[in-house]
This record gives sequence, structure tokens and C-alpha cells, in this order.
Amino acid sequence: MEENIFHLQYAMDTFYFLVCGALVMWMAAGFAMLESGLVRSKNTTEILTKNITLYATACIMYMVCGYAFMYGGNFFLSGIADVDVAATMTSFAEREDGFTGGSIYSGASDFFFQVVFVATAMSIVSGAVAERMKLFAFLLFAVVMTGFIYPVEGSWTWGAEGFMGLNIDDKFGFKDFAGSGIVHMAGAAAALSGVLLLGARKGKYGPNGEINAIPGANLPMATLGTFILWMGWFGFNGGSVLKLGDIANANTVAVVFLNTNAAAAGGLIGSMIVARLLFKKFDLTMILNGALAGLVAITASPDTPSALGATLIGLAAGALVVFSILGLEKVRIDDPVGAISVHGAAGLFGLLVVPLTAEGTTFLGQLAGGAIIFTWVFGASLIVWLIIKVIIGLRVSEEDEFQGVDIAECGMEAYPEFTRK
Amino acid sequence: MKLVTAIIKPFKLDVVREALSEIGINGMTVTEVKGFGRQKGHSELYRGAEYVVDFLPKTKVEIAVSDAEVDKVVEAITKAANSGKIGDGKIFVSGLEQVVRIRTGDTGDQAL
Repeated sequence: MEENIFHLQYAMDTFYFLVCGALVMWMAAGFAMLESGLVRSKNTTEILTKNITLYATACIMYMVCGYAFMYGGNFFLSGIADVDVAATMTSFAEREDGFTGGSIYSGASDFFFQVVFVATAMSIVSGAVAERMKLFAFLLFAVVMTGFIYPVEGSWTWGAEGFMGLNIDDKFGFKDFAGSGIVHMAGAAAALSGVLLLGARKGKYGPNGEINAIPGANLPMATLGTFILWMGWFGFNGGSVLKLGDIANANTVAVVFLNTNAAAAGGLIGSMIVARLLFKKFDLTMILNGALAGLVAITASPDTPSALGATLIGLAAGALVVFSILGLEKVRIDDPVGAISVHGAAGLFGLLVVPLTAEGTTFLGQLAGGAIIFTWVFGASLIVWLIIKVIIGLRVSEEDEFQGVDIAECGMEAYPEFTRK
Repeated sequence: MKLVTAIIKPFKLDVVREALSEIGINGMTVTEVKGFGRQKGHSELYRGAEYVVDFLPKTKVEIAVSDAEVDKVVEAITKAANSGKIGDGKIFVSGLEQVVRIRTGDTGDQAL
């Protein structure tokens, strides 16, 4: 009887992992829609190509070496499909807390769940460098980011053995439940270093330093993208509980879903209020960024706040993100979709508010962990971007930028009917 | 023969079309155009930055009419397209040398 229950628990937790992974995979679609909506129509094909290709690149690189760097094991996932049923039964039987103990699930499902996270981190970069970066330069960076930079900092936090022996979690009592810092702020750090070397889009800043608006082409698309991300986030945070198969964990999963949703709603309202006060208008793009900021902020600890607490964390992150976007624009960091603010500023904020609700964490510990992740990803990315810049260059020519990177990079337009003779 | 060219607000097109039908005009050409006059452009807001849209969308209606019909056509358009606000548009009347109906080869008033 007990054996059968262990079989079922293994099956349930594996299945839960896979479904959540599929939800997170769908976030790639959300990023693609959000970014294609917030760029100009002449850059639509390229941003879509970039988004779907980076996803494939991340999957391959994480398979080749990323997963091995982050969690140990072999390159090319060799051996991941092997399962020793008898040994698995033994580890179930020997679990300290018995049936309610740690989760035991398929190794292949673990890879699937983790690979979609690295793709998410990489997706964050694509929006910030949109409309002016060479596609090939971006994909070269994606190879290093998903195969090495992200896995290294991931090993310091979620990994069993940290790369070079560093383990931030143990050292600082650092908590980053599903990756406010490890995934989101890391993506933003890589994006920031790229944008600094890349420069602003032509026309973003006037000759006298005035900030010009470059309106996105398709706000229905951007809104759909936000809804998709919001939905995918239930897998992102919910799956990070790692186990569904007992009362306590099932309840935690439910709380995580609830809090994730509450924080998104709070973030949306927070950014809406701030944008309305600042601009006297309901700025939809800020509202969308606010919902995402709420989601990013709650990701560091979605299992500990109350529903009201989660809403307030989201609300504050949503308000913060508007100021962050405007501030970055002022210092001439041109981020067409607001990715650095949404994932970086809100990600750091999420890490820093963890001690308010999670026992055993400290503000300084969270700050130290965040600083190490940021420094590593920013510094390593900067070096990689620089090398790419020297070898092939990061930016398309001025003429290509004016004409749109769709034609220059992909040779096709997103909406050819408008121009065909 | 005259060519009446009216630049009107897009949402007034249906009313103008009906008004012209009522006075027996049964043909016109309509084009979506952009431009500005005294109304100038208007400003929009995106992520806190204001930007000016210089050219506003308008609808251009062209009608070829006989000399006798010109006044009532102009009057009908003026009445129908008037909202009393800035940006209602303009009507231009110009001479028309020749009109040919392609199918039959009719010319002049016959072809209108």
C-alpha cells in the first residue's frame, strides 16, 4: 500500500513540475507579444525572431552545459533519463519526515522546469536592447548568458554545490524563492550592461537633451503579452514550491498562486495611480509594467506574506517602477519596454522586502546576495558584450535603424500588405 | 462642369453622403487623407513624454457636378459637415474641362 502511495506521490509531483514548466514556457510567448507591442512596427519581425530564437538557444545551451554548471551532473544531460525504481523507493522510505518530507520527482522534469527559467532571464534582455542591436550579436550573447553566466549565479543560490564553492543561501541566509534576483534582476543586469554599451535609439533624445516619446506600435499585443506573463507566473512561482503531494505543500502552492495574483493586481493599481498623478492620464504601458513589477517583486517570497501583504508589496513595486522608468530615461538609458526597471528595480525591491515576512532572513543578507548576483551578472555580461562589440559590433548601421531592423536583419516586414504595390 | 473637393472630419462622412444622396448626387470618390489647417495638430502622451501629431486624419470627398448643381451641393456639404468646432474642414470648387464615362464613351454632362 505504502509503495503505491509513493508511486503516486512521485507521479503527482513530477506531473506538477511538468505542468508548471509548460506554464513558464508560455511566458516566452508573453515576452514576445509584450515586446512586439512596445516597439515600432518596422522592428516587429526582428523582435519576434529574437524572442523565439533566444528561447531555442537557451534550451540548447542549458542542455549542453548550463544545467551541469548549475546543478551538477553531466554535460548534454547524459544519464538524466535513467530512473532506478528500487533506489527511489528506498529514498522515499528513508525520508526524514516520511510522507510529508522533501519532494522526490523525475530528474528529467527538474531539467524541464529549470530550463524555462533560464529562457525567462534571457527574454528580459531582448526587450531592453530592442530596435537597434544586431540580431547575431544578441544571439552570441544569449549563448554565453544561458550556458554560463546564469548557471553560475544559479549554482550559488539554488544549486547543490556552488560554483567555486560559493553558496549565497547558506552564507547570508539568503532567500529568493523563485528568482526575483536570480532570474529577474540577473536578466536586468545583463540588459543594463548591454544598453550602456549600445546607446539609445536614434531620435530618443533631441539635440538639446529633450526626451522624445517613441510610441509602441500595438498596445493590444502588449496587453495580451502582459496577461500571458501573468498567467505563466503561476507556474513560475507555484512550481517553485517543488512539491504538491501533501496537505502542507498543497496549501503552500495555493497560497503562492493567491499571492502571485494579488501582487500583480497591486502592482497594476500602484503604477496606475502614480502615472495618473504624474501625467494626468491613465498610461496603459505604465499600467502593464506595473502589473509585471508586482509579479517580479513577490517572486522572492510568495509563500510568506498574507494576501494583503502581497498586494501591498505589489502596490509598492508598481509605484516604484514608474519612477524607475522615468529616472532611467533621464540618465539616457533607453529601454523601449522598461525591462530594466520592471525586472531590475522591482527584483531588487522584492529581495529586500523578504525579511518583512520570512523568518530567518535579514535585510543585510538579502542585500549581500542581491549585490553578488548583480555584480557577477553585470560584470561578466559587460565583458562578453565588449568582446562581441570588438569582433562584430553590437549596433546596426544608422541607415538600417532608420529603415527598421525587420528589413535589415530578417529581410521581411511584419505587415507587408501596407506597402505592397 | 465643376469638381467639388471637400475635406471633412472622418466621422461626418456618413452624414455628408446621405445629404448628397438626398439632393440626387449618386457618385463620389472618397479618400482618407491627413493634413492640418487652423486646427493644427494635437499632442499625445506616451510614458510621460508628450509628442505632437502634426497631421490629423481627414476624409476627402470629390464630386463632379454640372454647373447648375454646384451651389446646392456645396450647401448640402456645408450643412451636413458642420459641427461648429474648429477642424470641420474646407470645400474647394474648381473648373472641370472634360468628363468621360469609360464604358460608353459618353462625354461632358452626359457622363456625370
